[in-house]
Amino acid sequence: MAYYPGCALEGTGHAYNESTKAVGSALGLKLDEVKDWNCCGAMEVKNIDPKVQTYLSSRVMSIAANEMHAKVVMAPCNGCYHNLKKAEYDLEHDASSRETVARISEKAGHETYQAGQVETIHALDWIKDGVGEEELKRRLKNSLKGLKVANYYGCMYTRPRHIFPEKDKGPGSESTLQPHFMDDLLAAAGAQNVDFPLKTACCGGAHTLSDSDTSTQLVLNILRAAEAAGADVIATECPTCHSGLEMHQVRAEKVLGEKTTVKMLYFTQLLGIALGVAPRKLGVHENVSDGMEVLKKIL
Amino acid sequence: MIHEKSLIRPENLKTHDKLVIDGVDVSGHWSTFIQSRVVTDYNEALQDEIAALPGGEHIHRCWQCGSCTNACTVNAVNPDFNPRFWIYLIRMGMESELLRDKDIIWQCVSCNKCTYACPRDVFPEGVMKATAHWLQLKGHTPKSKSTIFDEVFAEQVIATGKIEEGRTIRGFFARTGQPLMQDWLVEMAKRVARRLPFKQGIAMALAAVFRPRTRKWSKARAALTEYVHEQETRQRKALNLE
Ligand code: SF4
Ligand code: SF4
Repeated sequence: MAYYPGCALEGTGHAYNESTKAVGSALGLKLDEVKDWNCCGAMEVKNIDPKVQTYLSSRVMSIAANEMHAKVVMAPCNGCYHNLKKAEYDLEHDASSRETVARISEKAGHETYQAGQVETIHALDWIKDGVGEEELKRRLKNSLKGLKVANYYGCMYTRPRHIFPEKDKGPGSESTLQPHFMDDLLAAAGAQNVDFPLKTACCGGAHTLSDSDTSTQLVLNILRAAEAAGADVIATECPTCHSGLEMHQVRAEKVLGEKTTVKMLYFTQLLGIALGVAPRKLGVHENVSDGMEVLKKIL
Repeated sequence: MIHEKSLIRPENLKTHDKLVIDGVDVSGHWSTFIQSRVVTDYNEALQDEIAALPGGEHIHRCWQCGSCTNACTVNAVNPDFNPRFWIYLIRMGMESELLRDKDIIWQCVSCNKCTYACPRDVFPEGVMKATAHWLQLKGHTPKSKSTIFDEVFAEQVIATGKIEEGRTIRGFFARTGQPLMQDWLVEMAKRVARRLPFKQGIAMALAAVFRPRTRKWSKARAALTEYVHEQETRQRKALNLE
């Protein structure tokens, strides 16, 4: 399976990269990093020009398909996952996107990506479909029993709906309104998922630095809701959401004097702990919010 | 009633301390008037101009149901942020009305809650971006901080194929004239540094110096630079600029 970590996983999301790989090897899931990958365009490039973003994402899929002969690309970052899905949709449905991408790809000297060559999946699909809850339960070394978790999915994993044709397909498929794949995996690992109404609320990630006051307010709503639901920890599955929650938790405290104590951990860090991987190998010490405080409860 | 009143601009609401009309006393709060106004300065090209910018293509489909505003993340923080209303003004060509909100339209956080809720596939998120873009191209607003961030980011991706976050953040603060040493950023760095092993700190510092780049990128860089330039020219032409 082709693995597309993306830029954030080499920077602020380093711990997500480490813990994803650690969970993969603990579960016997193999990953081959896409060669010479480039940025997918994140939240920003589409505002300069959406088709530049489509091209950037298509190049990653082109390398996976044509140079690595992969059928599936796994992207753990919601932004990357979303952009590859969006490019796939546009290339399938919009002739002018196809024409622009073909023109740029030719000048850039690589094969043009054709819609349908690969399927893009998220790290959640990778574990849920590749291993499943039953197998996960069998491999548990360290149950997360007693840990109260709020599962936070953010925007890009489910919206807009049309770029995720495999979702909302009834039992077993992911829901765009009430996503549950992370809940399912963590429940299998023994965690107690709390009833969290802001699963797909927005953390303001797109304007985290350009409109920080709005982002802080949005994050504070999420942190407060998680605390009100009784959560010890918010499980995340996106580096942008994760660092947004962490940054604005500090900012809310410093700028608004609003202190919250709920911690943030990547779902791969939680799964890794459950599978018996050492916290340091999962980059828990790299998080801004001190996850060890809550993990002490179960370790 | 209270909600409706919030849609009327305060300067158009008139109360009089002492006013008698035809012998009827209409002084005070109980007899608030809404000043009537006549709109003569329609910009009939407005909808077409927005539709010519990326994201605005489907604005004509809107049937004003209001689901977008109802679902909107930013509307929940600031009730003046009203995508449905702005789409209405654009479709009606009421440019001067639209311009009253020019300083907040860029605040859309691209959460796509509106796109999810819209029954007509208008893609209101795209319309917000196109409108913010239009305001800047026409010189009604300076470049927003969001646009400056997008530009710093896109320039780096086009130049090297990849992003090094530290560099993007420093570039953004420099271009917007803000100090990098914000209290809360310093506090955050301190909290991480406390637990980070020394070796890893060095590795991160090195990554910031040797910026990551995609190998074999130069042809892609040239092709993208050319394409972006082409699009800028096309957009300026669609808006009858210079
Ligand atoms: S994408 Fe923008 S306009 Fe749409 S709901 Fe989110 S903030 Fe509001
Ligand atoms: S949800 Fe769609 S159709 Fe309804 S007002 Fe908003 S843009 Fe128009």
